[in-house]
Amino acid sequence: MPVLRTLAASLVLIVLGGYTLSAATEGFQAFTTETARRIEVREHPVKIPAVELETASGARVDFSGFRGQWLVVDFIYTRCPTYCSALGGEFAQLQDRLAGPLAQGKLRLLSISFDPGRDTPRQLAAYQQRFRWRGPGWLAARPVTADGLRQLERAFGIIVIPDALGGYVHNTAIHLIDPQGRLVEIMDMGKPDQVAHAVLRKLAL
Amino acid sequence: MNAREHAGPVCSAALLFFALLLPPVKHALEASMTMQMLVQIPSLIVVGLFLSRAVPARIDAVLAGWDHHGITGLVLATLAAALWMLPRMLDASIAQPSIAAAKYLSVPLLVGLPFALSWPRMGFIVRGVFLIELIATFFRMGWLYMIWPDRLCNNYLLGDQQRLGKYMVLIGALLLLWIACKLLWGRMDAFVEAPLSRAPDAGVQRLGPHAGS
Repeated sequence: MPVLRTLAASLVLIVLGGYTLSAATEGFQAFTTETARRIEVREHPVKIPAVELETASGARVDFSGFRGQWLVVDFIYTRCPTYCSALGGEFAQLQDRLAGPLAQGKLRLLSISFDPGRDTPRQLAAYQQRFRWRGPGWLAARPVTADGLRQLERAFGIIVIPDALGGYVHNTAIHLIDPQGRLVEIMDMGKPDQVAHAVLRKLAL
Repeated sequence: MNAREHAGPVCSAALLFFALLLPPVKHALEASMTMQMLVQIPSLIVVGLFLSRAVPARIDAVLAGWDHHGITGLVLATLAAALWMLPRMLDASIAQPSIAAAKYLSVPLLVGLPFALSWPRMGFIVRGVFLIELIATFFRMGWLYMIWPDRLCNNYLLGDQQRLGKYMVLIGALLLLWIACKLLWGRMDAFVEAPLSRAPDAGVQRLGPHAGS
């Protein structure tokens, strides 16, 4: 009898445990936070709060001011020696590949600094110049308040941690916001062709 | 066992548990992936081990009827432990209070406690399979952390992840060495006398001639 009871109890536990593990990994697909937030956003788009930003030209814009346009967003800090430089290069390439919709005003590229204390409009402009900025289609901006930054980080799922060299490490990705101001897709960096393709497909819908 | 004999382990469990809950301690243990996986979570398992010594023999006897050779407890502990090996859960337990509470409750109660209650019931083969699988898990995860090119946790640095990998491979190797020594120079049955068994007399009883079958 103890054998049968043990078998029954173990089977129940395996079913419950399997269910829990499946729920915790979105059906055994997402073992990391990064994968999970990509899946979650695709299934449940996230409304981006109307946070006030200051651009490289010193102008103030509200996030809700971008309604009606598609937005390609990345998070940077201009002192970054590694990923953000790569992201900057990638945004420069996207400027070329998406030149059409950018010129028509259907789309904007937006780089948001999570280091607003150091990234003044001047620093942001210099960052863009380093990566062949060519026209108002690509904005670089910093949140005006610390609370605004926190709201954006929470909505986008950005986690910034200090590294050992006085800089930051953060999850890097390219985020797509639809004309209703909702985060609908998160893409890996390093594949500008795929990003351009995905954006053009969304614009064509 | 009477109430006074239960008080010791309950106190130890409570002391350790609340020490781990103290904000500076919690913060320090969650500041690196290495500390969270090799100190915080194992310490929470130890809370469960302490608690197991306070379980009355009467209740343990009832559980034994559902826990042939300790299999049920081992299944529960393994599944619950698997959840806290997911990088996603390590991240979430820092960011979300509800997941933090789930970690602080489930690791002692669903990993440490059932494991400690079931260990005396496990025979030689079950223990052997468990230990080999434990060692393999340390090697597998350690190797993964050492070679994985990206950060698996958004809250931790890549260097931290790689250091954790090295430590896990080292722990796996030490466990393997310890078991090899046991097999060569000791008797596996002697594990029953290990500090995990709750009462000396119960241990002796379980040590009977069929303990290893």
